[in-house]
Amino acid sequence: MSVDLNQLRVKISEHRAKKRGRNFSAASEQVIELGLLGAALSSIAITLGIVFILCWESIGFFKEVSVVEFFTDTQWTPLFAPPHYGILPLLTGTLMTTFVALCVALPIGTITAIYLSEFASSWVREIVKPLLELLSAVPTVVYGYFALYLVAPLLQKLIPDLPASCMLTAGVVMGIMIIPYVSSLSEDAMRAVPMLLREGAYALGANRIRTALTVVFPAAISGIGAAYILGLSRAIGETMIVAIAGGMQPKLSVNPADPAMTVTAYIVQVSQGDLPHGSIGYKTIFAAGLTLFVMTLFFNVIGHYLKKRYREAY
Amino acid sequence: MKDVHQIVRGQKFQDRCFAVVGFLCTLVGLIVLSILIIDLVRDGWSRLDYQFLTSFPSRRAGNAGILVAWLGSIMVAIVTAFTAVPLGIAAAIYLEEYARKNLLTSLVEINITNLAGVPSIIYGLMSLGLFVYILGLGRNVFVGGLTLGFLILPIIIVATREAIRSVPNGIREAAYALGATKWQVIWHHILPCSVNGIATGTIIALSRALGESAPLIVVGALVFNTVLPPSPIQNEFPYVNAKWANSEFSVLPIQVFNWVSRPQEAFHRNAAAASIVLIFITLTLNGLAMFIRYRFRKRVQW
Repeated sequence: MSVDLNQLRVKISEHRAKKRGRNFSAASEQVIELGLLGAALSSIAITLGIVFILCWESIGFFKEVSVVEFFTDTQWTPLFAPPHYGILPLLTGTLMTTFVALCVALPIGTITAIYLSEFASSWVREIVKPLLELLSAVPTVVYGYFALYLVAPLLQKLIPDLPASCMLTAGVVMGIMIIPYVSSLSEDAMRAVPMLLREGAYALGANRIRTALTVVFPAAISGIGAAYILGLSRAIGETMIVAIAGGMQPKLSVNPADPAMTVTAYIVQVSQGDLPHGSIGYKTIFAAGLTLFVMTLFFNVIGHYLKKRYREAY
Repeated sequence: MKDVHQIVRGQKFQDRCFAVVGFLCTLVGLIVLSILIIDLVRDGWSRLDYQFLTSFPSRRAGNAGILVAWLGSIMVAIVTAFTAVPLGIAAAIYLEEYARKNLLTSLVEINITNLAGVPSIIYGLMSLGLFVYILGLGRNVFVGGLTLGFLILPIIIVATREAIRSVPNGIREAAYALGATKWQVIWHHILPCSVNGIATGTIIALSRALGESAPLIVVGALVFNTVLPPSPIQNEFPYVNAKWANSEFSVLPIQVFNWVSRPQEAFHRNAAAASIVLIFITLTLNGLAMFIRYRFRKRVQW
């Protein structure tokens, strides 16, 4: 009997040791979870960092320049005397290059998406889709080279007395760069449209193109909209192509054949020089950056809601 | 009354017309990509030799090379990988395996979506203001790598989440049934099962970082740098050091940008040659990612 009791005691102490081990592992599990939570929260910290820095330096800028002047003055010459701080020329530059880019990317991207989703056989799609994605893998500075030394001379042959670097050149090349953004997401949206809708259209005697344009396209419209907006926001934020081939002249103009400067190109131009920290010139890049950030945020939020809608649709 | 066959023929003709137009549009991108590569090779191939890869930048185009640039790119990529990859994978694991459906989680998710859409140059401004001036870390490799790390963090998180989500629940339940703890399930089962997807996303993200120049220009990477970073290997214990992370740097895309914007023709050929190196690196990485994705899809059948 006493032997059994001893054995029992041993067993109990073993069990306790095990339990302690499990407690330890439960504790380390919690440490791990906290660590992972920290990693997830780091993304919020980055956003806060961006917003804080942009606002902080912009507040310094707007103490010296009135908001009204910033948005109404038609000249942007912050580094010359007399300085003018009107963001409008940079905004028109950004919007015009983006417009040209969308004129290239939206038709080509949409037709590509319709072709790949409704017409192409699966092996064509399997090969073409990843190859198209390579277009967005090419570094943008290489696109800049391409724009300046190949596309610009070609366009100059087509349109006489076009300057070598202008919004048209930069916009066209930027448009080619964002084709995969537009086509890939649009195609996903169209392929998510249930087969039943297509079969209904075929049963009514519609051919493929008619089905694609009148049934599939409208059904996928919010996903396609999200794709368009993704392309738009890429084009607004694109930097190197416009810095190399956009002309680098802050002019208030809506003529794509004019050289211009975008918000991003201005930031690059100033960063190449050596502006002292705290000077008004240094602060301008943050005010410009804040404008850019707000613009892309606006479009991203719209895109986000469109995408959510297309996910919920079926 | 119109003949039915005629109508059908007409309809089929429309279809065939669009198929041709669609195919041509699809080809536009691919043709442009090939022209771009052919153009670069035509302009820069003759400059691309051993001397070009091992020389410092120079005021004379014929002597200039990309040694500093590619070393800088590698150093920055190392810092980027060591910050963004662990952080991104950890965040993705949390969001997929731990996060409850609450306000905080949806806030983090929306935030990641938005971060992915923030223009790269904004990350540069953030680093300039925060790391260079407020924290006083300097314009070095470490800050450059951290900037790009933040930039690609959302890409890695999204890719990892997708990879983790594709692991079937049966695997998790089987492991739990055998008494595994949550972390054991993740470490021994979910991560090994999703490693292909994570690798694909990471490689694509790193190739994006290697091609990125705007944020680094803003942070203040040097364009004309003739000093090599200190060697990471030393004679005394512990034989390796991280002094290189504190050195000034330049990267390949910035070198290309610098040469492109010079007026002399000879520098443009240098730019083309450096572009060939750059595009070779990014396309190879993307090809590798595609290869991994393709093999993964073929072999694993749940």
